[in-house]
Amino acid sequence: MSSVTQLARLLAELDEQLIACMRCGFCQSVCPLYGETGREADVARGKLALLDGLAHELLSDPHGVQERLERCLLCGSCAANCPSGVKVLDIFLKARAILSGYLGLPPAKKLLFRQVLARPALFNKLMSLAPRFEGLLTKPVDSLLDTSCARFTSPLGQRHFKRLARVPLHRLEPPRATPAGASGLRVAFFAGCLIDKLYPGVGRAALKTLEHHGVGVEMPAQEACCGIPALSAGDTATFSKLLGHNLARLDPAKFDYMVTACATCASTIHKLWPLMCGSLTPQAQERAKALAAKTRDVSQFLVEAGLVIGQAPAPGPDAKPLTYHDPCHLKKSLGVAAAPRRLMAANPAWRLQEMIESDWCCGLGGSFSLEHYDLSQQIGGHKLEHIVASGAAAVATGCPACMLQISDQLSQAGRHVAVKHYLEIYAETL
Amino acid sequence: MSTAALYKEFQRLAGPENVFSDASDLLTYSYDAALLPSQPPGLAVRPTTLEALGRVIRLCNQEGLPLTVRGAGTNLSGGTIPAQEGVVVVTTALNRIVEINQEDLYAVVEPGVINARLFAAAQKQGLFYPPDPGSMAVSTLGGNVAENSGGLRGLKYGVTRDYVMGMSFFDTDGQLIKTGSRTVKCATAYNLAGLMVGSEGTLGVFAQIILKLIPPPAASRAMLAVFDRVQAASETVSAIIAARIVPATLEFMDNFTIRTVEDFSGAGLPTEAAALLLIEVDGHPAQVAEEAEKVQEICRAQGATQVRPAADAAEKERIWTARRAAIPALARLKPSVVLEDATVPRSKVPELVRFITDLARRYDITIGTFGHAGDGNLHPTIVFDKRDIAQEKRVRQAVEELFDKALALGGTLSGEHGLGLSKTRFLAKEVGEATIAWSRRLKRAMDPKGILNPGKIVGA
Repeated sequence: MSSVTQLARLLAELDEQLIACMRCGFCQSVCPLYGETGREADVARGKLALLDGLAHELLSDPHGVQERLERCLLCGSCAANCPSGVKVLDIFLKARAILSGYLGLPPAKKLLFRQVLARPALFNKLMSLAPRFEGLLTKPVDSLLDTSCARFTSPLGQRHFKRLARVPLHRLEPPRATPAGASGLRVAFFAGCLIDKLYPGVGRAALKTLEHHGVGVEMPAQEACCGIPALSAGDTATFSKLLGHNLARLDPAKFDYMVTACATCASTIHKLWPLMCGSLTPQAQERAKALAAKTRDVSQFLVEAGLVIGQAPAPGPDAKPLTYHDPCHLKKSLGVAAAPRRLMAANPAWRLQEMIESDWCCGLGGSFSLEHYDLSQQIGGHKLEHIVASGAAAVATGCPACMLQISDQLSQAGRHVAVKHYLEIYAETL
Repeated sequence: MSTAALYKEFQRLAGPENVFSDASDLLTYSYDAALLPSQPPGLAVRPTTLEALGRVIRLCNQEGLPLTVRGAGTNLSGGTIPAQEGVVVVTTALNRIVEINQEDLYAVVEPGVINARLFAAAQKQGLFYPPDPGSMAVSTLGGNVAENSGGLRGLKYGVTRDYVMGMSFFDTDGQLIKTGSRTVKCATAYNLAGLMVGSEGTLGVFAQIILKLIPPPAASRAMLAVFDRVQAASETVSAIIAARIVPATLEFMDNFTIRTVEDFSGAGLPTEAAALLLIEVDGHPAQVAEEAEKVQEICRAQGATQVRPAADAAEKERIWTARRAAIPALARLKPSVVLEDATVPRSKVPELVRFITDLARRYDITIGTFGHAGDGNLHPTIVFDKRDIAQEKRVRQAVEELFDKALALGGTLSGEHGLGLSKTRFLAKEVGEATIAWSRRLKRAMDPKGILNPGKIVGA
C-alpha cells in the first residue's frame, strides 16, 4: 500500500464532514486571510477541497496541503457563517492532527511542546526567570501599553510585545478553595497561560468580580495550558498530556461552573476538550465532557446566573469613549457578544463607542502570527484603523491573545489608546 | 515554449508571487459551486493590473492555451471549471472601483469588484445598484456580467444586463476593445456590450465595466401572504401584476421549503401552508402605502388565508431572513445540492410547481421549490447524496425532464445561472442547431484559436 493511500485512509474519517461543503464559496466574505490574499487555497472552501483531494487521492502532496492548512487563523468566521453548517474547525484540527502524525512535527515545535509546555512546573519556572533577562534584550516603548521591542535584531522581528508580568498570577493569587457566598454558587477559575504570565491584572479583576458577587472560587495549584497551541500544531500527544494534567486537578463535582477570562481557553475547553479527548480513558473522557459543559466566559456566567441585573447606569458627563473588539473565540465560537457589553455598561466612567466590524478578526491566530507575521499584521491593520476611527480612549476585549495583538498594533503605530479586558473596566466599579 | 519557459514568462508578466503551479494550488481552481466533476488547470495566474491581464491573455493566445477567467468561483453551471492544461486567470486582485459618478449616475469598476462592495459604496453616496444575486456577498461584478446574473429584485429592477452601459474588454490578442459609453444614450457602433453580457468568458475578457446606478427608493413595505393552495398563490402573482403593481420583490416558497426553513430557524412560518408569497413594494412613500394596501386586498381576494404586513423594520427583516434561510436550510438536509433555475413565463408558474411536485414523487427525490415567482424564475432545489450513484442518476434524469417541461411551457433553460458546462447539451432543444452553428461562427471570429473558456455555452 502506498503511503498516500495510507494517508487517504486516515483522512477517510473526515469524509462525512467534508462532503457537507457544497462549494458555494460564501466563506470568502468573512475570511480575514482571504480578504488580504484573494487566494482560494487561503479560504475554507479551498482547504476543504484540498483535504477532499488528499482523501480521494486526487493529490499526492501532503506537505503542500499541510502548509496551506496551516495558513489559517482558526478564527471560525467561516464556520459561523456557513450556509451548510460545515464544522470547519473540527475538520481542520482533526486534519492537522492526522497530517502532523503522518509527517511528524517540526523539531522546534516538538521541543517546545513536549519538553516545555507539557511540563507545567518547568514551564512556570522558565517563565518566572525570563523577566530578569527581558530588560537586557528589549527596551520599553510605550508605558501606557506596557510594550517593548527588541534592542537588537531578534527572531521576534518588528514586534512591540507586551512585557512579561514581574510576578505571575499564580504567585499573586495562590491556590484556593473558598466556599460559596451570597450567590450560592461555586466556580473553578481557569486562568490560562496568557493571563497568568502576561496579564495577571485581568486575573485579579476576575477574582475581585467573583468575590464581589459572592461566588466561591476553586483555583487548583499548577494548572496546565488549555492545549490549543498543541492542537493547532496537530500535536495530539501533548494535548492529551495537558488535558490529563488538568483533569486530575479539576473535579467538576466540586463546582457549578468553570469560568475563564480568556476567550480562547473558554472556546477550547467548551468545544475542543470533548471533541479531541478520544485517546483518554472513558472516565477521563467523561470528566472532560462534564467540565466542557460547565465552562463559561466570565461575562457569560455572570449574566446567565443572574448576577448582573437591572438597568445599566447612564454614562457620566465626563465618561471617556471606550470601544470593544469581539474576540472570534467569544462571538463566533461561543455566541457571546452581549454579555461583555452589559458588564462594561455598568461602569459610568466609560461610554461604549462601537467600532465598525467589531467582530473582524484581530489577525493574531496564535502561532499563525509567529509563522505569518506579515499577514497577521496586515489583518490587524484593519482593526487598528477601526479602533482609531472610533475615537476611543481605550479598547476593551475579552481575550488576552487579542489584547497582545492589538497592543502590538497600537504601539507600533504610536497610538496612545489603552488596551483593557472588559473585566478590568467592570472591576473599576467594584 | 516549454512548460518551464512558459511558467517563467507568466511570472515575468504577472509577478512571480501571482503565478501558481503547485498541484495543491491548482486543485483549488478546479471547481466552482456547480455539482460537476472538477478539473485542475495547468496553471493559475492572478494579475494585479489590467496591463498584466492583457499581456497574460496575449501569451495564452500565442501559445494556444485555453483560458478560463475566475472571480469568486460561485458559478452554478460550471462556467469557471477550466480546461485540462488550461490557464485560470483569477480576477480577485483587479478589484478597484474606479469611479462612482453622482451627477451622471454610473460607476466604473474592474471585474474583480465584489457586488456587495459596489452596492455599499453606491449606497454611501445615496445611490443604488439593484442587481442582487444570492451570491452578492462574494460574487464579482465581472462574473455577474459574464453570467447576466439576476436576483430578487429582477421583477421591478431588471437584471445585470439592464445596468451595463458599456465596457472595455481584451480580445485574444490582448488589445483593448471599447463599447458603450457613460451616457444614457449611445448609438455608436455595434452594441458589443450587449453581446458580452452573458457570454460566460467565451468572447473576451472584461477590463473595466460601466454600470448604471439609480436613486434608491425612498420607502418600502414588506408582507407575507399565506395560501392553502399553490394555485391560489400563483394566481395572486398574476393578479398583482394585472393590477399594474410591480413589486420590487415577489418571492414564492412551497410547503416543503416552508417546513424546512421553520425547522432550521424557527422563524414562525405557518408550516401547514401550501405556499407563501413574500412581497415587497417600494418607491415614493405615498405610492408605497397605497400599493401595500392594494396588494393585501388582492391577496385576500385571491384566497390568502392570512396576510401579515411587516409593522416595522425588524418584522421586515424577519420576513427576508426567512427567505434567505431557504438555501441554508435545504442544504443541511443532505450533502449535495442542485439549485436549478429553469424559468417559465410568469403565468405558467402554477403548472411548473405542480409538475415539480409530481417529479419529486416519480423519481423518489427531495425537492424544495422557492424563488422569484414574480419573474417565473423558480429554484427547484434538489437535495441528495452524490455518493449514492443510483440516486444521483435519478436526480440527473429528473433535471432533464424539468428542462423539457420548462421549454414546453415556453420558458428557458436558465434564468440567471448561465449554461456553462451543465446545460450546453440541452441548448439545441431551446434554440435549434442553426443558432448553435451561427453562435460558433461568431465565437470563431472573435476567438480563432478557441482559447476562451472552451466548452462553455455552445460546446467545443
